[in-house]
Amino acid sequence: MAERTYLEAIRQGLAEEMARDERVYAIGEDIGAYGGAFKVTEGLLDRFGAERVIDTPISETAIIGAAIGSAYVGMRPVAELQFIDFVACCFNILTNFAAKSRYRWGAGVPMVVRGPCGGGVSGGPFHSANPEAHFLHTPGLKIVEPSTAYDAKGLIKAAVRDDDPVLFLEHKFLYRRVKDEVPDADYVVPIGQAVVRRPGDDVTVVTFGAMTYTALEAAEQLAQRDVEVEVIDLRTLSPLDHETVLKSLAKTNKIVVLHEAQRTGGIGAEIAAAITERGFEHLDAPPVRLASLDTPVPYNPALEAAFRPGVEQIVAAVGQLVEY
Amino acid sequence: MSTDVVMPQMGESIAEGTIVRWLRKVGDEIDRDEPLFEISTDKVDAEIPSPAAGILIAIKVQEGETVPINSVVAVIGESDDVASAAPPAEAAPATPAPPAPSSLAAADPSAAGAVERVRSSPLVRRLAREHGVDLSQVTGSGSGGRVTKQDILAHIDRRPAKVSPAPPGTDAPRPRVAPVASVDAAPGVSAEGTAPTFEAGQSSVAVPMTVMRQRIAEHMVASRRTSAHVHSIFEVDFSRVQQLRKAHGARYDRSGAKLTLMPFIAKAVIDALRAMPIVNTSVDGDRVVYKRDINLGVAVALESGLIVPVVKNADEKNLLGLSRAIADLAGRARARQLVPADVQDGTFTITNPGGLGAVFGLPIINQPQVAILGVGSLEKRPVVVNDAIAIRSIAYLTLGFDHRLIDGVVADQFMGHVKRGLEQFEESIV
Repeated sequence: MAERTYLEAIRQGLAEEMARDERVYAIGEDIGAYGGAFKVTEGLLDRFGAERVIDTPISETAIIGAAIGSAYVGMRPVAELQFIDFVACCFNILTNFAAKSRYRWGAGVPMVVRGPCGGGVSGGPFHSANPEAHFLHTPGLKIVEPSTAYDAKGLIKAAVRDDDPVLFLEHKFLYRRVKDEVPDADYVVPIGQAVVRRPGDDVTVVTFGAMTYTALEAAEQLAQRDVEVEVIDLRTLSPLDHETVLKSLAKTNKIVVLHEAQRTGGIGAEIAAAITERGFEHLDAPPVRLASLDTPVPYNPALEAAFRPGVEQIVAAVGQLVEY
Repeated sequence: MSTDVVMPQMGESIAEGTIVRWLRKVGDEIDRDEPLFEISTDKVDAEIPSPAAGILIAIKVQEGETVPINSVVAVIGESDDVASAAPPAEAAPATPAPPAPSSLAAADPSAAGAVERVRSSPLVRRLAREHGVDLSQVTGSGSGGRVTKQDILAHIDRRPAKVSPAPPGTDAPRPRVAPVASVDAAPGVSAEGTAPTFEAGQSSVAVPMTVMRQRIAEHMVASRRTSAHVHSIFEVDFSRVQQLRKAHGARYDRSGAKLTLMPFIAKAVIDALRAMPIVNTSVDGDRVVYKRDINLGVAVALESGLIVPVVKNADEKNLLGLSRAIADLAGRARARQLVPADVQDGTFTITNPGGLGAVFGLPIINQPQVAILGVGSLEKRPVVVNDAIAIRSIAYLTLGFDHRLIDGVVADQFMGHVKRGLEQFEESIV
């Protein structure tokens, strides 16, 4: 089995789906000859031609609008946003149109909107967003964010095959830093299933994306102090896999929800609320949220490091829960 | 000044109680300590006396309802409280005056408890409820003295009669046992209730179980699910015991005791338990818990249901002491005067299905114990003695044992011990 980067795994999944189903096509800024800002779509133009790998002008609204329209007439578009921050430009057509389309007219929109999210690379306030909370609140949209190359391929394929719109968040910090074994075989990772990355009995840390690795590093440090942390990687953010989280809570009775987006109104709030409602009598301490500060993402590397939750904060928060 | 009547806590692990019957009506005059209502809890049924003299002003919990301990179930007041309960006719001032402190205290039922709230968590409170733990008895090691998960789990672990497989809140299980007979239980104890009235065209009537019946049902099923039940039946010649009863019965009568079969059987069982400590144990996960004391449970049939009061430290009593203890417990069980301690911490149980004529029974183990002795009916039977046919007083004794822990050989050695003890009962002990 070959080791592939997170980025190569997405490319492979995308290419496999385009080869499998000729209705699948890619659309976005500079995705053809240039191969995409991060080179996710490199080589697809040569293999599938300009009719199925379409370069567009710089208008996110136009890209998503065209994708929705083509989905209405039977295509299965995979639209790339060069940075996921700019999905905000498409907020109306995504939330008011694509998300409600099946409900309102019985017309599904089998579209994938994919793009790089997240920070840690000094991207600054316009190129570091984690926009999941805006869309978590919108029924009709699915949201996934893989943390491993294996999941990246399996989830992009599941997203392409889904008959409704899927927001596919690719953490740019992981693109070339994460490399794991990716089968050449045709497989999907089902949407809606979290996974336990590390088992433990003392405290559960629920997270996803690049923070999965931060949590695992903290867990490694805590293990040296005999604190066993269970790390859950959500993989899908909407619909949330509450069962896996509640099952872990029933074992550890203490939980930290960790994410990179800002704290207020974040996905951590939703998870903490759901745990409190459904798992109240399993709680031996209040659920704890660890998230970024409620400010725009700083450009300065030192400030960005202070802005995002890190290993140190996780170790401290878990330590406090153990002592609680 | 009125007095709140609360659901009493009948034992440290009891969390709630059911009002079975009100013995007085609202408006009745009542003396202090006069029976006011009957309750049923996981452990005992009891008559609760009035905490004060006065008039029963209000009944707040109806018959059949179950409420947590310390809930106010009724209010007793002085005779003029009834009249003063009506609001005064005078015009109220524009701004209502704050109520007098005394009436405030009376109006707030939680003030009666006035216990400091124990710091804990939702998980800890659930565990406390499920295991019948009074959180104020648990020392907290968390921040600000909080009772943590570890604190309560350690507390539950330390409790003596832990019954892990039993359903929540039922830590004093009772076994399935027939009448306790030879103590002095007359045969003819009625079966549970009489058939209900059927309306025309009605082919069946559903009647709710009593609390005791529900508990028995839970415990019996839990025991069958927990233990690998095996039964071994021994024939025992009671001729010598009968002889000794005849010879010494009058002496016991004079000291106000009755020399029945049961103390003899108890004595033989105690000796066998001492010789074979593995039968005086319980199972906790993959550990065997040996018990220092021999606390002998003796099943007593009640009008509807049954209960197993326990003779504590039975191995420290002589035959007279055993006779008295068994008679006392059986008497108080029937009069519903047992206290929770009377039914806790048993280490072995004797039951007497022979009281109503059963030749032998196959009793279910009283969890978390590992064995139970069933005594069949005592009959004169022809038996072969020294190659001649003789008439002997014979009863079949059954040992129900948990094969997880006790193998057939061990069980039969135990029964051999009991049999020898009874057939060759030492006169000096009597």
